[in-house]
Amino acid sequence: MTAVTPAPPSTAVRPAPAGPVPPGRPAGRSRLRTLAGFAFGAALLFAVAPLVLSDFRLALLAKYLCVAMVAVGIGIAWGRGGMLTLGQGVFFGLGGYAMAMHLKLADAGPGGMPDFMQLYGQLDELPLWWRPFASPWFALPATVLLPMAVAFGLGSLVFRRRVRGAYFAILSQALAAAMVILLIGQQGTTGGTNGLTDIKGFFGYDLDDPVNQRMVYFIIAGTLLALLALTRQLIHSRYGELLVAVRDGEERVRFLGYDPASVKLVAYVVAAGMAGLAGALFVPAVGIISPALIGIVPSIEFVIGVAVGGRATLLGPVLGAVAVAWARTALSERFPGTWTYLQGLLFVVVVAFLPGGLASLWALARRRDVAAQPQRRGRLSLGRRRAERTEVPAA
Amino acid sequence: MTVLFGQLFTGISIGAVLLLIALGLALTFGQMNVINMAHGEFIMAGAYTTYVLQQSITGAGLSLAVALPVAFVVAGTMGVLLEVLLIRRLYARPLDTLLVTWGVSLILQQLARDIFGSPNVQTRAPELLTGNVALPGGLTIANNRLFILALALAAVAALTLALRLTPLGRRIRAVVQNRDLAAVSGIATSRVDRTTFFLGSGLAGLAGVALTLLGPIGPTMGTNLIIDAFLVVVVGGIGQLKGSVIVAFALGVLQATGEYLTTLSVAKVIVFVAIVAFLQWRPQGLFTLRTRSLA
Repeated sequence: MTAVTPAPPSTAVRPAPAGPVPPGRPAGRSRLRTLAGFAFGAALLFAVAPLVLSDFRLALLAKYLCVAMVAVGIGIAWGRGGMLTLGQGVFFGLGGYAMAMHLKLADAGPGGMPDFMQLYGQLDELPLWWRPFASPWFALPATVLLPMAVAFGLGSLVFRRRVRGAYFAILSQALAAAMVILLIGQQGTTGGTNGLTDIKGFFGYDLDDPVNQRMVYFIIAGTLLALLALTRQLIHSRYGELLVAVRDGEERVRFLGYDPASVKLVAYVVAAGMAGLAGALFVPAVGIISPALIGIVPSIEFVIGVAVGGRATLLGPVLGAVAVAWARTALSERFPGTWTYLQGLLFVVVVAFLPGGLASLWALARRRDVAAQPQRRGRLSLGRRRAERTEVPAA
Repeated sequence: MTVLFGQLFTGISIGAVLLLIALGLALTFGQMNVINMAHGEFIMAGAYTTYVLQQSITGAGLSLAVALPVAFVVAGTMGVLLEVLLIRRLYARPLDTLLVTWGVSLILQQLARDIFGSPNVQTRAPELLTGNVALPGGLTIANNRLFILALALAAVAALTLALRLTPLGRRIRAVVQNRDLAAVSGIATSRVDRTTFFLGSGLAGLAGVALTLLGPIGPTMGTNLIIDAFLVVVVGGIGQLKGSVIVAFALGVLQATGEYLTTLSVAKVIVFVAIVAFLQWRPQGLFTLRTRSLA
């Protein structure tokens, strides 16, 4: 769809010291292209999709776009920061549960209790930790801040002690396992395996009404675009350069006087916040949040879309996540067993043989284009360098 | 007192299962820095091997005895295949092996579902292992738990002896300590890797046989165990077995005690928090191999 926006050349090859990218011609061109890309994406999401797709398909797309938001975060943490986080489901779940708790309480009315509590918990009154979620002023910020706080807590402990690579991946996965077991175990107050279901209203709007479903879709599409814009700014900032540097040579960055732990922490926390926001918007779009949506398996499934699209690019994770989610629905509708095989193959083939994802094919094709035109040879080296930046290092 | 001992033994038997699984991981993760998520499916393969053997060998005791070596070879062969076909290409990218082997594990799970059906299957335990041993003080210990503990300890002993005394063990230790130096000393590191992978995956097969004594066999039985086992290896420190042995039993006891004092779900969270806290103190795990490599 749009060009994969390449990162500016690294400071290592520029003679000038690190600083904001000078507003020269290449930067201006790339900014223009990015703006055009955003306009195109916005037109696609806001005008074309609602016109072309049925209400049912549009609701599905809303769900995919939520997954794509998680993918954008993983793209930052994993693609740019080299932290393979296998526990994004936890943050997705925290956001989702915070939103669902508020909507459940709103459905129940003032002083009311969610229906499942009497059923499973035999509770006479609302548990203390549910109470703040009755207020939207608490619940809405909490959908983002709660996951960020958890990520900050874990990240600051873990990164400072230089727990990284595979160790970090396993820890993040264990976090997802612990979270799901906790949710299922506390059935009386969390809904257990069922999760929080049957959410009817969204701030006064009836979610059964297709018009309101459409509104939720627009909110989700707008949020995704905003997150993409934010991410674009982030990865083109000095911080973004530093993050890639930490990914490629953590020790070297440390020797240069930076603190890699803080750099990684920021990326991890931002990714967690995005996952939380995605979870919060997933709830009105789908009407349910449950442990099955946030455990070990869904958490690692968030990652595959990112790998397919191209983990280190801006748009790769989004397109990959939507494509994988769409393929899943399309295939498991028809051949239920086949999807699992295909998903397994996707992991194997993409990660082992195409680590840059589909975006690397795109970069390869562009490189060929450039090489085929002799009069543009002067830009060849830049093109090469840009393509290399989106490739994945041996880590 | 009785309760305390009961909990202690429950913890030790949880630890024994963890240990059986983690031993294989300690080998593969420790030596090759490879995160093999399909290890859980090798456990499953071992368990289904027991099930298949029981279809033809009717004596439960005999079939179990046959299943142990057969499952070792079946799972080990699967491991070698995985190593040769995929993992060998990914040595420089340990994080990617995690995702690739996850894909393999998905495929193996679905394969098991297609061959054996999604519902769990059950094997018969030999009579010898169904009863309890009564200890003085009104304490009873289930025979099957005792058998698994013995199996785990035997596996640790055999592996330790093999690593210490055999030429193969010497080569494996050399590669773990310094791969490049081992290679220039004339050790065929890729062959050692393959053998290590065979041993590590074979141990998963043994764990699978042991697990048939504890519960039903299903396509996803490996997934839940594998993460705890990885945590054991991470906390124990890679490159040496003693860390994994100590940590497996420690986590088992912590889990059992936590479960007794609170609930299963809270105990899991306690274990997780304890692990993060522990890694603050020793980020490289309990025992680390001191090498001069800069990695």
